[in-house]
Amino acid sequence: MVKNSNDLSKISREVRRDIVKMLLEAGSGHTAGSLSMTDILVALYFGVMHHDPKNPNWKDRDRLVVSNGHTCPALYSVLARSGYFPMQKLKTYAKLNSSLQGHPEREKLEGIETTSGPLGCGLAQACGMAYAGRLDNSHFRVFCTVSDAEHDEGNHWEAVLFAAKYKLSNLTLIIDRNNIQIEGNTEDAMPIEPLKEKYLAFNWNVLDIDGHDINAIIKSVDEARREDSKPTAIIAHTVAGKGVSFMEGKAEWHARVPNKEEAALALKEL
Amino acid sequence: MINKDQKINTKLFDKNPELKSIRDGFGEALAQIGEKNKDIVVLTADLKESTRVHLFAEMFPERFIEVGVAEQALVTIASGMAKEGKIPFTTSYAVFSPGRTLDQIRTTVALNNVPVKIVGAHAGLGAGPYGSTHQALEDIAIMRTLPNMVVEIPCDYEETKKATDEIAKNKLPSYLRLARQESGQITTQKSPFKIGRAEILWQGKNPQVSIIACGTLVYESLLAANELEKKGIETIIINNHTIKPMDERTIIRSAKTTGAVVTAEEHQIDGGMGSAVSEILSRNFPVPIEFIGVPNLFGESGKTEELFKKFKITSKDIIEAVKRVILRKNS
Repeated sequence: MVKNSNDLSKISREVRRDIVKMLLEAGSGHTAGSLSMTDILVALYFGVMHHDPKNPNWKDRDRLVVSNGHTCPALYSVLARSGYFPMQKLKTYAKLNSSLQGHPEREKLEGIETTSGPLGCGLAQACGMAYAGRLDNSHFRVFCTVSDAEHDEGNHWEAVLFAAKYKLSNLTLIIDRNNIQIEGNTEDAMPIEPLKEKYLAFNWNVLDIDGHDINAIIKSVDEARREDSKPTAIIAHTVAGKGVSFMEGKAEWHARVPNKEEAALALKEL
Repeated sequence: MINKDQKINTKLFDKNPELKSIRDGFGEALAQIGEKNKDIVVLTADLKESTRVHLFAEMFPERFIEVGVAEQALVTIASGMAKEGKIPFTTSYAVFSPGRTLDQIRTTVALNNVPVKIVGAHAGLGAGPYGSTHQALEDIAIMRTLPNMVVEIPCDYEETKKATDEIAKNKLPSYLRLARQESGQITTQKSPFKIGRAEILWQGKNPQVSIIACGTLVYESLLAANELEKKGIETIIINNHTIKPMDERTIIRSAKTTGAVVTAEEHQIDGGMGSAVSEILSRNFPVPIEFIGVPNLFGESGKTEELFKKFKITSKDIIEAVKRVILRKNS
């Protein structure tokens, strides 16, 4: 289902509009991260991953672990637009009896590889999948997205060590480097820089890209495929709240949702 | 007297009974199962030898994964493998996993509903001289509150082999709690065993008290029952090895027969196996209950048998609890 990057940018715009509508409707959720993750998820589902929305459990599909589960409005929109479920379902996000939980649950929605939300746990699960895939001589690749603030979590670094030890070259990590977390700037809450040097020191292959340049995302994943002795970390530099001027770069929009007026303004800009 | 249907070890009450290691039973069973089932993988957090998975590691090096001293990674990596169809056994001390890894177990194993087998070794007071930092007395309470989770506590070497075998096959998130100390051989290869079914090991003719025990306290309970019988006090001993799902039927039926219960476990009284029994009986058939376990205290350094005495969880303490509960029943 690979499309040209112009088409993908159009999809991204639609996804961002979906996100704003979902968050308004639900009155709950994480705005800034959902908007910063959008291009990464669009690139993965429409330009990178082997997957089949009609057969979500296809054995050879590429796996995606969204460790930063709070950005799931973006994930749900991309899944719906890929054909995993009808678009109308997006309206039920975070509501009672919905399969679109406030944080994604594997048992509730097909297409969700693993339940996530509590931070720091995703990369390790992706490592387990990559290790299992190698044991079985499978050819699928494992992708994992994490937020930058997840680097505060010990569990994440345990997995970074593990992936390097077992040379999990079938694993690609994409870091949504949007520089914010609940408390404000990531470097104020807990400095994680120099991030690239950290991954290099942990024996990873590291790529630095613009996380809103869909071509760059697709190219970097291709480059990761060619690496056969190390896991790859792609540091995707993004803007929190991307696409909505009054949200961009603002930590206050991490876990805040737009009201009616703000949503109308945002949709106008998108 | 001993329930003959249980085919338990006839030399159980000998002066110097044969002692065997529960964790050896686990390690040996796992290596055997690994031979038959290629989906079994074993992960450890730097505790290969003392959790007895070195046998498996030697036989199946490609299916043995050392994660280092990293219990959170231990559980979450296993979760990813389980989702891909593997049957991962994670081994650490119970204080570390489930102790440190509740969030990882809750979200990525129980809620995710993938068949990771959490093995908590040195559970209870078995870490002895290492002190309270290494003595897991809260793990039953933690694990029995998790939806989807099976919680299993075998009482001896043979039962551990059977429990390991069943847990490998049950396709469910599961917790296997293992004691460190060697224990008397109660069951034999021929003894019946099924996860979720409590076994009546001792059946008095006119029993006055049901003693419901798990793990190492099953042996202490049998010693108590044998002594009590000599004094004319008849009891029923239930090996309540599955904490979740608990065999409510057997427990309720026994309480109806005796009208008094003593529970016994190597764990905090709060939230443990006895608490689960009391929840069942309060809902269905309330009777007086006495609880043998650690009374909301941390352990300390010492030999395990010394700690059993200090925290009053020996056969003698069970005998006293039986007498107390009979008084309460008759008052």
